Amino acid sequence: MNETSTAQRFAQGFVRSVVPVLLALIVSGLIMLAIGSSPLEFFAGVWKYGITGTNWQRSLSLMAPLLIVAIGLIVAFRGQLWNLGYNGQYLLGAVTASGLGPILFDVLPAFLATIVIFVVAVLVGAVWSLIPAILKARYGTNEIITSLVMSFIAVGVVNLLIKGIFKDPAVSTPQTPVIGDDYLLPFIPGTEIHIGFVVAIALAIVAQYVLSRTSFGLRVDIFGASPKAARHVGLNSTWMVILLFALSSGLIALAGSVDILGQFAYQRADWDPRYGDAVMPLVFLARFRPVAAIPFVAFYAVLATGGTLASQQAGLNVDFLLVIVGLILLFMTITEYLGNRRQLGQSYLPAGLRRTVLQPFRKESERTSA
Amino acid sequence: MTTTATSEVISLRDITKAFPGVIANDHVSLDIVSGQVHCLLGENGAGKSTLISILAGMQQPDSGTVAFDGKVVDITSPKVAVDYGIGVVHQHSTLVPAFTVLENLMLGESSMLQNTKRAEQRLGELADLLGVEIDPHALASDLGLGQQQQVEIAKAMWKGSRLLVLDEPTSMLTPQAIEHLGESIARVKAQGLAVVLITHKLREAYAMGDCVTILRGGRNVGHIGVEQLAAYSEAEAQDAILAAMFGDDLAAVGDEASDLAGAAEATREVRAIDFDDRPVRLELRDVSSRGLGRDIEADGVTLTVHEGEILGIAGIDGHGQGALSEVVAGQRPVASGTVFFDGEDITKSGVRSRQQLGVRYVTDDRLHEGTVGSMSVALNLVIKRIGQRPFWKSGRIQPKAVDTEADRLIQEYGIRTPSPETRAGTLSGGNIQKILLARELTNGAKLVVVNKPTYGLDLKTVHLVREILIDFAARGGSVLLLSTDLDELIELSHRIEVISRGSLVGGVVNDGVGTAEKVGHYMTGAIEGTD
Repeated sequence: MNETSTAQRFAQGFVRSVVPVLLALIVSGLIMLAIGSSPLEFFAGVWKYGITGTNWQRSLSLMAPLLIVAIGLIVAFRGQLWNLGYNGQYLLGAVTASGLGPILFDVLPAFLATIVIFVVAVLVGAVWSLIPAILKARYGTNEIITSLVMSFIAVGVVNLLIKGIFKDPAVSTPQTPVIGDDYLLPFIPGTEIHIGFVVAIALAIVAQYVLSRTSFGLRVDIFGASPKAARHVGLNSTWMVILLFALSSGLIALAGSVDILGQFAYQRADWDPRYGDAVMPLVFLARFRPVAAIPFVAFYAVLATGGTLASQQAGLNVDFLLVIVGLILLFMTITEYLGNRRQLGQSYLPAGLRRTVLQPFRKESERTSA
Repeated sequence: MTTTATSEVISLRDITKAFPGVIANDHVSLDIVSGQVHCLLGENGAGKSTLISILAGMQQPDSGTVAFDGKVVDITSPKVAVDYGIGVVHQHSTLVPAFTVLENLMLGESSMLQNTKRAEQRLGELADLLGVEIDPHALASDLGLGQQQQVEIAKAMWKGSRLLVLDEPTSMLTPQAIEHLGESIARVKAQGLAVVLITHKLREAYAMGDCVTILRGGRNVGHIGVEQLAAYSEAEAQDAILAAMFGDDLAAVGDEASDLAGAAEATREVRAIDFDDRPVRLELRDVSSRGLGRDIEADGVTLTVHEGEILGIAGIDGHGQGALSEVVAGQRPVASGTVFFDGEDITKSGVRSRQQLGVRYVTDDRLHEGTVGSMSVALNLVIKRIGQRPFWKSGRIQPKAVDTEADRLIQEYGIRTPSPETRAGTLSGGNIQKILLARELTNGAKLVVVNKPTYGLDLKTVHLVREILIDFAARGGSVLLLSTDLDELIELSHRIEVISRGSLVGGVVNDGVGTAEKVGHYMTGAIEGTD
């Protein structure tokens, strides 16, 4: 691989990843103008509440669960397994921490209890993914549907647990007992960022190394590129589907438990931050590279942290943040289309999705020959 | 035979079509006259397919015109082509397997309601015209390939055609089915339709065509008119066509040229071996396979391959060749029966342990199964040895070792690639096939299963691939050759077994003339017997 091509590829990847974000910000600004809010005030607010003072520490704390969810999604997406059950998996991990925490911290040393909670959370997530994984591996069912359905069930189960056995009897609202500050994840010295952030960054680096430099990573890539090729080179597809799903779901559940032990300390019924919805387009922008996801997740963490207050100040609903995320997805698709026409490098949308999305844009003649 | 007074001329003038990096058609001009069969000859990549997709409205020419009797028309879409009465039968079936014949034929109807009665009537007319019997309510998937092709022809002529284009119609047919097709074409011609027949087999062009146009590198490099072709003897016609087809390469390809172009009956080209001296390398005893998909499974297959032997498996595409090769390679589980390799029972071992024993598999799906197009040539060359030393050490890839091996194989097999880091998917089909052969035949290969090894390759690569296989056998390697190309099987195999619906239905020792007929006999016998 020579230097220029590496540099070029990097530049192309950069352009195709950053341009959609910039366009989304510009257009969202125009929308704000149109509905009578001030985009300048909003973005200034994002800056103020997301970065200035000690606010950047809140943003980085939010990064911890977001980044771990992103890694979980990447692991599955690299193998072309579309695990969309992330909301349920996240909540299962969260309820493991908020439910078991108050019990375990009473009987075990905090350090040991934390480890136990993390391990159990990962296992719960992994086990929950077995059903879509086995259905996919054995019968070829569409994992998008099965994982989504399993997610709905998980959300219900979590709410039942919080209203049932994990409910704090001391308060009337359905929520788990609050875990004492002493038992929560420690802060990075000198800051108020819990060490979940460090864990997330470390996981990203490890995942990057494993996926790009080891035989396991290559196997995942072969499996993702073509299950037929995977069978041809002697990979066990059944095992691969189950493993990738378990890793993905386990990581996302871990994110939930980190979030409870690092940030929230308790869990209310019907609470669902839906991190996965926001993270998913970022994962595509990072082209399924864990380390490349870090800046995108950081960007979103600032936007989300600052945006919550800024949107209220600018007279917008908090849901406006999702509009921006949606616009990023939209512009990503358009940039992809233009990039494709210029034959820039590899594409980051799966071929099937790209075809479907781009179909209406094609000219008649191209469409028929495709 | 032609009534010149009423015959219409479809004239293509200076058709030029360029794709990134290649000019597919370079100022091609030709006249297609109704009531004539116009043969279009040329090897893969000569521009035949582009030319017909322009006629079919699937591509627009960059420049040049199509005219009917001097009136220029613009074929902007397949629908327009159909409205002008241009019907195309593609090389691969475009029928929807789950639909009946009639439903398939009515796909092109534009009216809101299905007029089944009228459709049945039309099918009856066309069946009469083609001289075939087609059950309108049979599922397309239940038809034999010959019948499927008849349905495709009926579909192409559904709206009253003026031009019927047949793209390599004989490539999947038995000798007997080719005869039927010839009769149907003659009847269509007699109706006053123009027929364009695309082929790369010379003898078919001579037998079926009224005139011949030869394409090479996107150019029209030779035309033999009606009178001229009628005046030529077969040998003269062959010489003229060969000279045009290969041009300057003729000397380089030499005697192979006529074989490659399918000029004459094929003859065996491997040295005879004495089976008694040769130990059995692979033995299948009553093996049936069990896959997850819907393709035909191997069913009670018993066969032996000796050391240094090439065993050909003939059969129509999709009759269990895939299952049989996967069973031997270890990719598909065995439901019953036993697989022996060098006397050892390997029924239960998987792809990777068989790979290490020396069992290799060159799949027919080069692009999606054999290689990972998005990965580099170098990685593709070692992809079957993932995790093994020296390319991986404790799980970590060793780029230097991979590059060294890649360079060696690229050199040895003459793989034309800009660099070992080039993505494999960007190479030509021939070079991708060389990657597969290089990977499978290296590092202690003893038996190689090859499925349709020359399908879709250019003639020079076809020649090279066959040489590689003959060489491999001459050095004591065993080859299980599955092919739909009877000529190829006859040239390469010591023995030929015929597969039909997953079972072997007969075997022929390839030791002289008449092999093709015997094999063809087994093929049709098996098919008609079960229909």
